[in-house]
Amino acid sequence: MTSNEVLDTKGPVVAVTTTKEGAPVKLDRLTRSYGATRALDQFSLDVRPGEFVALLGPSGCGKTTALRMVAGFDRPDTGQILVDGADVSHVPAQKRDMGMVFQSYSLFPNMSARDNVAFGLRLRHQRAGLRRQRACQLLELVGLAEHVAKYPHQLSGGQQQRVALARALAIEPRVLLLDEPLSALDAKVRAELRDQIRALQQRLAITTLFVTHDQEEALSMADRVCVMSQGRVEQIATPSELYAHPSTAFVAEFVGVSSRVPVTRHADQVELFSKAVAIRGDAPDAHVGALDALLRPEDVSVRVDESGAGVVQHRSFLGATSRLEIGFADVVIKTDVRSSDADLYELGTRVTLDLAAHDVLVTPRRLPNSLS
Amino acid sequence: MTQAEIGDYFLAERLSDDATSGEPSTPSPRRVWRRPRVGRGVILAIAAIYFLVPLYAALDFSLKNIQGHFSLSPLTQIAAQPGFAAAVGLSFRLSVVTLVIEMLLMVPTVIYVHLRLPRFRRVMEVITIMPIVIPPIVLILGVLQAVRPYQWISASPYLLAVVYVVLAMPFVYRSLDSGLGALDLKTLVEASRSLGSGWISTMWRVLIPNLRSALLSASVLTLALVFGEFTMAQLDLWTTVPVWIYNSSSNNPHVVTAVAMMFLIAMWLVLTIIVSLDRTHRRGKGQLS
Repeated sequence: MTSNEVLDTKGPVVAVTTTKEGAPVKLDRLTRSYGATRALDQFSLDVRPGEFVALLGPSGCGKTTALRMVAGFDRPDTGQILVDGADVSHVPAQKRDMGMVFQSYSLFPNMSARDNVAFGLRLRHQRAGLRRQRACQLLELVGLAEHVAKYPHQLSGGQQQRVALARALAIEPRVLLLDEPLSALDAKVRAELRDQIRALQQRLAITTLFVTHDQEEALSMADRVCVMSQGRVEQIATPSELYAHPSTAFVAEFVGVSSRVPVTRHADQVELFSKAVAIRGDAPDAHVGALDALLRPEDVSVRVDESGAGVVQHRSFLGATSRLEIGFADVVIKTDVRSSDADLYELGTRVTLDLAAHDVLVTPRRLPNSLS
Repeated sequence: MTQAEIGDYFLAERLSDDATSGEPSTPSPRRVWRRPRVGRGVILAIAAIYFLVPLYAALDFSLKNIQGHFSLSPLTQIAAQPGFAAAVGLSFRLSVVTLVIEMLLMVPTVIYVHLRLPRFRRVMEVITIMPIVIPPIVLILGVLQAVRPYQWISASPYLLAVVYVVLAMPFVYRSLDSGLGALDLKTLVEASRSLGSGWISTMWRVLIPNLRSALLSASVLTLALVFGEFTMAQLDLWTTVPVWIYNSSSNNPHVVTAVAMMFLIAMWLVLTIIVSLDRTHRRGKGQLS
């Protein structure tokens, strides 16, 4: 038995014991079709013991299907799901030993918070005293020690999701599955719970799969992020690698903010803002044809220039920084400035952009005209 | 500011807006509020007369002797009436059997349809209306013809319970359907299963407790139906309470009317007790203030 001390963000140090280590999870070429729609297409993923992996992608990309297969609520047409080396593809959900927190509030309305948390322990025939003690301990862990006797409808959305998290952890699962658990919550509660989930996961070292369409959540919480599109893996990488070195145009455009700018190719370089710039990563084959550069806001710098070709079309306040949308003939490029300098860039101000990056990511062209 | 004052305030605001917008002048706030109250009162009075006058007439009749004078003798004679206790016993046994078969059949079916075959709900609605559309006399004659070769079925009173299950299906289905519609069924079932619960445990520990009100209302409706059904029992030659009332009505109409009234009051009491218990249970869980 291992013992972990967990610092509750709202209370004292709470001792929590776990008997199981996080298990490795391997999804091996999973395929699943619903009629003519292919939800998963040769989807593979390796999750290390104790690792927190986020499945990120737009609606319909197959991320929830993959999670539901791991949970046992759906079965793959082909492929295997291995947990701790054992194939669980055909094991019923109730025998998989996985804790799950759902997107919608899933607490049993007829049970108090304590009974909800103790539910899984009751099914495992733990003695009443022990399971009550354990349930109270876990509710204290998630900062709900004062709400143990309350029923779900007496709790806020954030509190309900914390009870659901405690309930999922109570059975000491080999894998924790989180299906967009924060999406129904308001921004402040979401941020608090996000930190709490991450802290708990790290300290309890539970292998965790987290489904979200919110890139901020995925990047801030996960050890690695698996970006999905059309049932396939686009890229699996750490959040920083994903942001700095997206392997595909889809990832570059889905993760973070980027502007697509037509460029002209010269061997291994492209011409952008009248400068030759190296291509980041592998250059596309020569036969690909016209290319676009994908620029992050921090890849370019802006300065006021009455003879400049760009015009400030939109400005939005983001806190410490403000985002400018600079319009050229055919494209709009987004860049950030310090909010203290934002007054320099009134709408309609003429500006010039300079490239701040040493290299740029390029992708086959989508826009008709070149800017270079 | 009381709620009434707040209401008057907003009404006054609306009226002043109407006045400034050139709308036709509106009566004073008090008039506006009084009209619907009068209307509601009239509707309630008509409904009360419609329901209460026959009840009063029956009660009045049941508390009179043959000479037409007030008397409690019809009530005191009920228990001594020949065949009465047997009829009550049979109706009670039939209602219990009907209820058990109904619940065992309908609860898993409706849950399964909600969970796995949601598109089939419309078909279910149509199917469950059939017992209302088909006249009971047609139903029972068909059933009697079908089971005639099987003596052990046709000679049993519980054949009626099987037919009553069909008859009660529309009410039970609708109660359960609305109860399940109020739950996030899929998520609850999946949450339960992910915690290690099998189907039976999920039904018993999660779903049925959350369908408590729906099950209670379905049970009350089934009880009322079984205790009130006449045609089928009469044609199947079993003396249930309604058949006994019919058979005895020519001998002692005052006692028979007293029995009918007594059953009406008993049903009302059962309903009140069940609803009260449900409310107490829900209040205990903080679901009611």
